[in-house]
Amino acid sequence: MNDGVNGVALAVFIFFFVLVTAMGFLAARWRRAANEHSLDEWGLGGRSFGTWVTWFLLGGDLYTAYTFVAVPAAIYAAGAAGFFAVPYTILVYPLIFTFLPRLWSVSHRHGYVTTSDFVRGRFGSKGLSLAVAVTGILATMPYIALQLVGIQAVLDVMGVGGGEDTNWFVKDLPLLIAFGVLAAYTYSSGLRAPALIAFVKDTLIYLVIAVAIIYIPIKLGGFDDIFARASEAYGETNPATGAPRGSLVPGEAGQWTYATLALGSALALFMYPHSITATLSSRSREVIRRNTTILPLYSLMLGLLALLGFMAIAAGVEVSNGQLAIPQLFENMFPAWFAGVAFAAIGIGALVPAAIMSIAAANLFTRNIYKDFLRPDATPAQETKVSKVVSLLVKVGALAFVLTMDKTVAINFQLLGGIWILQTFPALVGGLFTRWFHRWALLAGWAVGMVYGTVAAYGVASPTQKHFGGSSEEIPGIGEIGYIGLTAFVLNALVTIGLTFVLRAVRAPEGVDETRPQDYTADAGDPGVEVELPPATAGSAH
Amino acid sequence: MVTPARVVIGLCLSAPFVAMLWVGSYARTDPAFIGIPFFYWYQMLWVLVSTALTVVAYKLWQRDQRARAAARGGARR
Repeated sequence: MNDGVNGVALAVFIFFFVLVTAMGFLAARWRRAANEHSLDEWGLGGRSFGTWVTWFLLGGDLYTAYTFVAVPAAIYAAGAAGFFAVPYTILVYPLIFTFLPRLWSVSHRHGYVTTSDFVRGRFGSKGLSLAVAVTGILATMPYIALQLVGIQAVLDVMGVGGGEDTNWFVKDLPLLIAFGVLAAYTYSSGLRAPALIAFVKDTLIYLVIAVAIIYIPIKLGGFDDIFARASEAYGETNPATGAPRGSLVPGEAGQWTYATLALGSALALFMYPHSITATLSSRSREVIRRNTTILPLYSLMLGLLALLGFMAIAAGVEVSNGQLAIPQLFENMFPAWFAGVAFAAIGIGALVPAAIMSIAAANLFTRNIYKDFLRPDATPAQETKVSKVVSLLVKVGALAFVLTMDKTVAINFQLLGGIWILQTFPALVGGLFTRWFHRWALLAGWAVGMVYGTVAAYGVASPTQKHFGGSSEEIPGIGEIGYIGLTAFVLNALVTIGLTFVLRAVRAPEGVDETRPQDYTADAGDPGVEVELPPATAGSAH
Repeated sequence: MVTPARVVIGLCLSAPFVAMLWVGSYARTDPAFIGIPFFYWYQMLWVLVSTALTVVAYKLWQRDQRARAAARGGARR
């Protein structure tokens, strides 16, 4: 599909890219606090964002290359099954509404920056805190990898980097450059860079969606035609599996998969370190709840974008790698300059979350592994330095995923991350509401969930891959096909509850809980709640 | 403490789960809306419905908080 470089599109793309890069570097000066070398300042932007900035930040994390590339690609490939992303994002908001204000309160009372901080403070267990930290870093990597796949898809369609026949370095050079720019400005500006760039990103995205969703269906003859042609295409037999390619509605057998994928993804989303980072950097718990009433705007966008998968089929886009379907559709349908704008939207839409994710993973490492286990006496300046370096390393780890793993089903990157991160749910959300669970039981449940989830995912084969080929497996005892992450989570919860009864019966030591019930409902303005001012030294608030 | 307002908040927040996880209730193509099969427009409609429900929950919760603050005699905000 690489019929030469699309010069105009590339020029427009580069223009926006230079613009956001400049903004990224300037962001370091935006609303700067007194002490820029503290981790709170670099990693949480000083924690003073209001409703709209928080909205942009959360949107920046939640709606990513996953939305623009992976979900439409899943629809392009198989139809209805890929649409689970819409109920998934619908279910996220009631969950955020219920859980995250409590986390905000207790974090701002005790100076917690990460979920691990909270778990350690709540359960007095360094082991459990380490488990949460490791899981967070591990689960973030495939999610960042998904973003890089999105950028790569755009560059591929623009004709940059050459096809499969050039050597790997030329092929991946643009990806490496994009990666380098991202790394550099994240390194220098911390969370302020993505927060500011998010404005450009969202403006571009809304523009592109509005145009795409009106212009393309008109050009294709309306939704009737689009769905008729898609339905025809799904009826054709896939030579690799011998079954029809997909369907317009999930069949009886696919409904369990659909529901478990939606629920599992929704439960997993706000466990990710980067979702937590964005939440904690808001000014008050009010801001979080108010956000759940405006965030669904993004869900509507997601649904509309997903429909682009059908439009790609109707427009006759034929790609072997499904991730290229949407960029290719844009190139076919739009004039070159607007294709450039659309590519910039996708590209920047992948960069912002990648930056936020790597910062969050880096915070986790520094606070809960470096400081707790390696250098307890580290100075704030050292902490910030380590965080910056780790944020680079996490991105390199993600790059390794992209360069070595199969990219034709990118949505599996995210689902794989979900399987892991979901195993921290009992400790975090359980901990927010009750101290009943025993810390050792939580650790055992986590281990069981992690092992089951990883082994089950490893065992899933696809036509193109022997291992990690998918994220759904038969649910033991029910016999239906369901999301592995949710099954692992249920196992995790059962083990946790069972062992808690046992450990309580034998009076195993419970650990010290440094939080009090009223900490979970405290708001900005209450005594002891830090709002605008970061602590004088990172982590000194314990 | 269970109050009527809190029951309503609970219902508002749990309704999307029932509606969305019961896939069988909407896994069909008819009736279509401007050419979009039922399965798709119904779920997108639920984005708006669940948003409305969350707004209701938020407003009720705000009132609930204010009432509680007033009851404590410390209506500072």
